[in-house]
Amino acid sequence: MLEQLFAPAVIIGILASGIQLATPYLYAAVGEMFSQISGVLNLGVEGVMLMGAFIAYYAVLRTDNLLLGLALAALTGALMGLMTAVISVTLKAEQGISGIGIYLFGLGLSDLLFLVLVGTPKAIVGFPELDLPVLSGLPALGPILFSQNILVYFAFACVPLAWFILNKTTLGLKVRAVGQTPEAADSLGISVARVRYIAVIVAGTMAGIAGASLSIGLLNIFQQNLTSGLGFIAVALVYFGGWRPFRVMLGALLFSMVNALQLWIQTLGIALPSDIAGMLPYILTIIALIFAARQIVTQPTALTKPFERGE
Amino acid sequence: MPIQTVELRNISKRFPGVLANDRVNLDVRAGEILALLGENGAGKSTLMKILYGMYHPTEGEIAVNGQVVQFKSPADALAQGIGMIHQHFQLVPGFTVAENVALGLKSSRGPLTDLNVVSQRVRELGAQYGLHVDPNALVWQLAVGQQQRVEILKALYRDASLLILDEPTAVLTPQEVQEFFGILRRLRAAGNALIFISHKLYEVKAISDRVVVLRDGRVVGGVATQATNQKELARMMVGREVITQWEKPAAQARETALQIDKLQALNDKQLPAVKEVSLQVRAGEILGIAGVSGNGQRELAEAVVGMRLIRGGSVRVNGKDVTHHSPAQMIQAGVAFIPEERMVMGIVREFSVAENAILITHTEPPLSRRALFDFRAVNTHVARLVREYDVRTPSLETPVKNLSGGNIQKLILARELSRSPRVLIAAQPTRGVDIGATEYIHKRLIEQRSAGTAVLLISEDLEEVRALSDRIAVMYEGEIVGIVPPTTSVEELGLMMAGAKKDS
Repeated sequence: MLEQLFAPAVIIGILASGIQLATPYLYAAVGEMFSQISGVLNLGVEGVMLMGAFIAYYAVLRTDNLLLGLALAALTGALMGLMTAVISVTLKAEQGISGIGIYLFGLGLSDLLFLVLVGTPKAIVGFPELDLPVLSGLPALGPILFSQNILVYFAFACVPLAWFILNKTTLGLKVRAVGQTPEAADSLGISVARVRYIAVIVAGTMAGIAGASLSIGLLNIFQQNLTSGLGFIAVALVYFGGWRPFRVMLGALLFSMVNALQLWIQTLGIALPSDIAGMLPYILTIIALIFAARQIVTQPTALTKPFERGE
Repeated sequence: MPIQTVELRNISKRFPGVLANDRVNLDVRAGEILALLGENGAGKSTLMKILYGMYHPTEGEIAVNGQVVQFKSPADALAQGIGMIHQHFQLVPGFTVAENVALGLKSSRGPLTDLNVVSQRVRELGAQYGLHVDPNALVWQLAVGQQQRVEILKALYRDASLLILDEPTAVLTPQEVQEFFGILRRLRAAGNALIFISHKLYEVKAISDRVVVLRDGRVVGGVATQATNQKELARMMVGREVITQWEKPAAQARETALQIDKLQALNDKQLPAVKEVSLQVRAGEILGIAGVSGNGQRELAEAVVGMRLIRGGSVRVNGKDVTHHSPAQMIQAGVAFIPEERMVMGIVREFSVAENAILITHTEPPLSRRALFDFRAVNTHVARLVREYDVRTPSLETPVKNLSGGNIQKLILARELSRSPRVLIAAQPTRGVDIGATEYIHKRLIEQRSAGTAVLLISEDLEEVRALSDRIAVMYEGEIVGIVPPTTSVEELGLMMAGAKKDS
């Protein structure tokens, strides 16, 4: 039975779906990383993703316009990011608790809107695969890397982009500063609140897109709790990656590959109880986090701490 | 335009219930070092935070080069050429020096950082003023003195020509202080104005051109430094004569009360911090431990009193082995502890004066019986302590966090000393405490010594160590580099604090 897994076609299939499955994690985790590096733990990602997923799905269902769906999902995410920022930065609420609130809000609202506006799940036509010229013709690598939909390519492009913004721009410098030593940034005339607003809204936007990548890129459907914990995994991936874009990407890939593996195990009908297979990625997350938490120097030390000036 | 003059005119600052500054007038000119002297709570910091745009004055105005200005934030003050070096450095530890300097500045490359340009200019400024520091070094890896240079560079980079230095020498060794004064003199010679905040009289005397003294939020005097002396400055600061030199009878050679043998302990990062330290403190003597902050003094004290795991060696009190005893057992053994971090380890901030005063003895009669308090006995007991130790508090029910540093320290002293300990470990007992309270605490420590207690005094204030100790042990990187008499010069002690071995 197990030898089926090692057939070339299956291996290529697992790797290709691993890359594909990494997409929502990448958007959500890269966004979340900005938020956390600025000092705000944004636990509501999951709820924002659900709203983004629904809005994108509904727009496509109604208009068949994929870009409109994507744009609306991003906008929804940005608005929910703004809401998060008001709660955690301006009102200085406890971030863990308010994040759970935002998650429950997104979970409930997306479900309600779905029931009222759609009712029963209807499939849509999502982003098609986009074969990159020449590259997609490469043996093995072609189908794995270069025959994906456009959201997948963009997700991977976000990683170096995030690295560049964080390390090579003045905005990145400010984001890192307010997450480590907000007092120092403040004393130099930087508005801690403004920088954190920007980071949290970026995180919301990315989470909205992450949701869309699921509902109109990967699964092409919406149902209640479509994301099923994916947003929380994204939060964990940021820790796992030690707040570094490429490590976060590695984490996302590791996770999505194991996920793809267990999906294929189930598809191929290999005798491994599906519950056990389904648990694999989560067990892996816990183990990975235990080891990842240790060697971190880049940790934003002001994470979850609201900034208040003066003594 | 560089700053020629800055004037504070009739500045008042009112906080709820407190008048922190009361019609203060102050001026400073290019090319001079003005010392701002005052006890804690005299209003120095408030005044400087107003000048730096962090607070808004309730009344009064600020004029730069004769023009009245309004500061909404530090950015406005910086734009006028006013820079501030805070006592607690405002640096991002995970950033390089250049990144710290560049933070918040406009970049020559638009949205992209221009760290090469910044590094270049940092090197130039460094060469100009003797502020040598590697622009690519990570700040958390730098020594404290170097971090301070980064702070000054940050201000200079922003074209500050008035620098406010808030207790800048508190973190430096005597040698570093000399070097730092050299930097200040170069800055002055280059036409900058400097405001030097301190309560160390000898430093004020050594570096400043003019002194302004604040007391209770008011200016009580302004003099040319040359025309005054430390005694007069102390009197202005406190409002009465102050004793800084203590007459104490020679120590009687008595039995060893605290014996530390080859003690080893780790710091919070799990690195060796106390390396085979051996010390003996006799009953009736004060053994001072001098050293720059972070050389293992804190870990030594915590290991001795049972708050930190002992990794090797032994501790004996009156001949009895108490190694690995818990803090409670150490208290039983007659050890009292005045911790360095009094707000964290010395008191419970939210508790009242009375509750804090009985933290240790509350389970004993007459304060409580069968798990129930006798509040009348508690009140009598605490009222006596408060009176005896001159703790100034509105009531016994006042939360301790509302008291001044000096009064909190007197309360801790009252709690610890009223148990008549055999051994007293006093870590930085007067740090951040005003002169009046310092004088009182010194008096009490000497009384305790005369009463036969063995006192281990850990302090970074060399004047304090020299004034109180019968012997001085100098600690450097977790080791005792030598034990010398209290008459040893500051220079020699300073060299030892920097690691120079002393054969004795």
